[in-house]
Amino acid sequence: MRLPLPPIVIYALRRLLQAVPVIILIMIGTFLLLKLAPGDTVDALVGDMGGADADFIARLRQEYGLDQPVYVQLWVYMTKLATFDFGWSFVYEQPVATVLWDRLGTTLLLMATSLSLAFTIGIALGAIAARRAYSLTDNVISTLGLVFYATPSFFLSLMMMLLFSVKLGWLPVGGIKTIAGFYTGWDHVVDVARHLVMPTAALSLIYLSFYLRLMRASVMEVADLDYVRTARAKGASESRLMIHHIMRNALLPVITLLGLQFSTVLGGSVVVETIFTLPGLGSLAYQSVVQRDMNTLMGIIFLCSIIVVVVNFLTDLLYARLDSRIELT
Amino acid sequence: MSGKTVLEIEGLKVALPKGADRPLALDGLSLSVKAGEVVCLVGESGSGKSLTAGAVMRLLPEPHVHVSGGSIRFGDTDILAQTETQMKAIRGKEISMIFQEPMTALNPQKTVGWQLDEMLRLHMKKSDRKARRAHAIEMLHRTHIPDPEGAYNAYPHQISGGQRQRVMIAMALALSPRLIIADEPTTALDVTTQLQILKLIRDLQEEEGAGVLFITHDFGVVAEIADHVVVLRQGEMVESGPAKQVLNAPQHPYTKALIASVPDLKPPMPKVGKDAPVVLTGAHLMKTFKARGGFLTGKRKAVVAVKDLSFELRRGETLGVVGESGSGKTTVSRIVTRLLEADSGSVQVGDTDLLSCSPSELRSMRKHIQMVFQDPMASLNPRKRVVDLIAQGPIVHGETREKARARARDLLELVELSPAAANRFPHEFSGGQRQRIGIARALALEPKVIVADEPVSALDVSVQAQVLKLLADLRARMSLSLLFVTHDLRVAAQLCDRIIVMQRGEIVESGLTSEVFANPQHEYTRTLMTSIPGRDWTPPKDVTL
Repeated sequence: MRLPLPPIVIYALRRLLQAVPVIILIMIGTFLLLKLAPGDTVDALVGDMGGADADFIARLRQEYGLDQPVYVQLWVYMTKLATFDFGWSFVYEQPVATVLWDRLGTTLLLMATSLSLAFTIGIALGAIAARRAYSLTDNVISTLGLVFYATPSFFLSLMMMLLFSVKLGWLPVGGIKTIAGFYTGWDHVVDVARHLVMPTAALSLIYLSFYLRLMRASVMEVADLDYVRTARAKGASESRLMIHHIMRNALLPVITLLGLQFSTVLGGSVVVETIFTLPGLGSLAYQSVVQRDMNTLMGIIFLCSIIVVVVNFLTDLLYARLDSRIELT
Repeated sequence: MSGKTVLEIEGLKVALPKGADRPLALDGLSLSVKAGEVVCLVGESGSGKSLTAGAVMRLLPEPHVHVSGGSIRFGDTDILAQTETQMKAIRGKEISMIFQEPMTALNPQKTVGWQLDEMLRLHMKKSDRKARRAHAIEMLHRTHIPDPEGAYNAYPHQISGGQRQRVMIAMALALSPRLIIADEPTTALDVTTQLQILKLIRDLQEEEGAGVLFITHDFGVVAEIADHVVVLRQGEMVESGPAKQVLNAPQHPYTKALIASVPDLKPPMPKVGKDAPVVLTGAHLMKTFKARGGFLTGKRKAVVAVKDLSFELRRGETLGVVGESGSGKTTVSRIVTRLLEADSGSVQVGDTDLLSCSPSELRSMRKHIQMVFQDPMASLNPRKRVVDLIAQGPIVHGETREKARARARDLLELVELSPAAANRFPHEFSGGQRQRIGIARALALEPKVIVADEPVSALDVSVQAQVLKLLADLRARMSLSLLFVTHDLRVAAQLCDRIIVMQRGEIVESGLTSEVFANPQHEYTRTLMTSIPGRDWTPPKDVTL
């Protein structure tokens, strides 16, 4: 069968089809895992209220459908999910979709800035270190990379807070904007940016060191390859070698890592958002676990798996663009 | 051949970093290349021949490896006194290089055209894009590449190895340099392609009148192309002279030994009669690498690797399977040992059909048929001691540890390694020694048949000769039956009683080696025979090793 479509569209369709079972499996798996954990939404709600009688608890369970067997609950949830209905958050008293939508922007902003900073600075420093391998510059960069690599992000966050907010008072301690500021226009942008400086740094430094180390190794490897020697034998200058022959080939493994790590950045944002009290998906996930807000948590997981699938797809596209040997079929 | 001297190297010394196996990579090399002349620099691996090229181009990995004495004059220019900027103007324009691996010598991410154009752009600052493109395509045309326009726009992985080497040559000659350094330019190519490339280099060089410094390890190639030969051993120049003289009347003992190691093209008379029992029969073997995938996984084209192949191997006989890359010869070796499942056909070892064995039967059958692999580096587990590598097979087949180890030591002696080798690790050995260990491992199970897949291709010619001699000895002493897969017709001529010539998965010709070599019947066999480099040259054998 020949479809009269450009190959890229066929490729995208195929990837989409492949993603569906993956996401369904993730959703079923996490649903069952969460059900295995002791306690449910009602326990958490009643706990917040300071206790209630058994009748009330049973009625609440019935109302939320929690008295049904697990497979019925799963079936009900999955059929609703099939129509993109995420259900109702009993903690926030809002549809889950609304809760998620409110938080998504912050997290995406945080992730996008952190990753792009980590990526650009990481590869730049890595390339510089590789070109001056074993020199003082390289040693300084590599040691810094090792320090960032070894520092847990929560510790880094707390130390930055202590230094820049408590001691120096340069940056706000947490939140996404100054609550009583009511800034508009550029003032608002600057305000948000000031709030994001420390979280971004905390989240990106560890990834920066990943990319730095990988890029350094990759550039050193590519610089020894035959075609670089060929180019040198043509009389090309060092900067020309770097730009045209080394960089693009050395970037490939780093791009692979970028795609793979996107999901771990989501995980890292839980810690950072919680510490800096940013209203994002990460802190929401943490709250939802504590409060057994099943629907919200499942919603977050659904959203995250979609983000990861999309990012992997984009990584593959980027990879195919950068590496002419790879054809999307 | 009385052109102007293009390159004059005198007393060149190149120093290696401390801790290397010798202090000087090159010690007192002197040679000169005249315009219109091909000078071959011959030597085995580690002789310093590629470093010579590096020194002339000033592309040594300084400061670890650097020129410590002597002079290199290029025309009137003192190469060693040039600044880096001056060198950049010389590289590519005045002196250009062709490298060994056409696979890796081109940037995989840039089109052929871009890479050709880079050469022109670097040295012809003013010319416009159209003129450069026309010139590049003209150069591709001159290298007889099919469809120059198409090749110009292709990425390196989209064209074949031979075509890539043509691109490299087009690039090297694009600016009519006065000196071309070719570093093993045909080593990675099939024999028919090799001949075409050698001819191409020769033709274009004559048209341009450039001098060529041709680096190689292969005396066949030397016989094909050289005007003048310089022989290197461990960085020392042992002999230098006109090609005819060095090839036919070598003076230095090392050159004599090297040339004596070149297998000659006269096959021995078959020693095995028709009455010896058949130990291995392959019948109607088929293997197709299937088209894979559908909508969900992507597609691959089906490739027929082996098509209706039948053969017989008698006891004590060596059957050669020869062919170029992609002919299916390696697939044959894999099917016969059932490392790869055939689609149909049978492989009879004694009375048993190996291909219809159950997994447990197969395991016990394995001891009858063993393999020796091409890459002695990769085929020995680096974390096991030699004695365990050899004893492993017998132990798996129920031998006690002590007996297996004792036998392993005996086998080491058999393959002419000292018993002290037993407790060492593979990386402590040279390539030739490792291949001996591989042979001992195959012998450990006393197999009826040994399948050897290019066992000497990765070895230097003198080591190759030793390993071939060992195989021939063992074959005579133990009446071994060998299925010998090779691309090298010289090697096949020396060792094999009978040969099968394969092309695209099919046998095009088979028979006694001496008959096939003397009177090839099939068109393709004839092409192969006439492509053997230096086929008109018979290495003098009147020397004692």
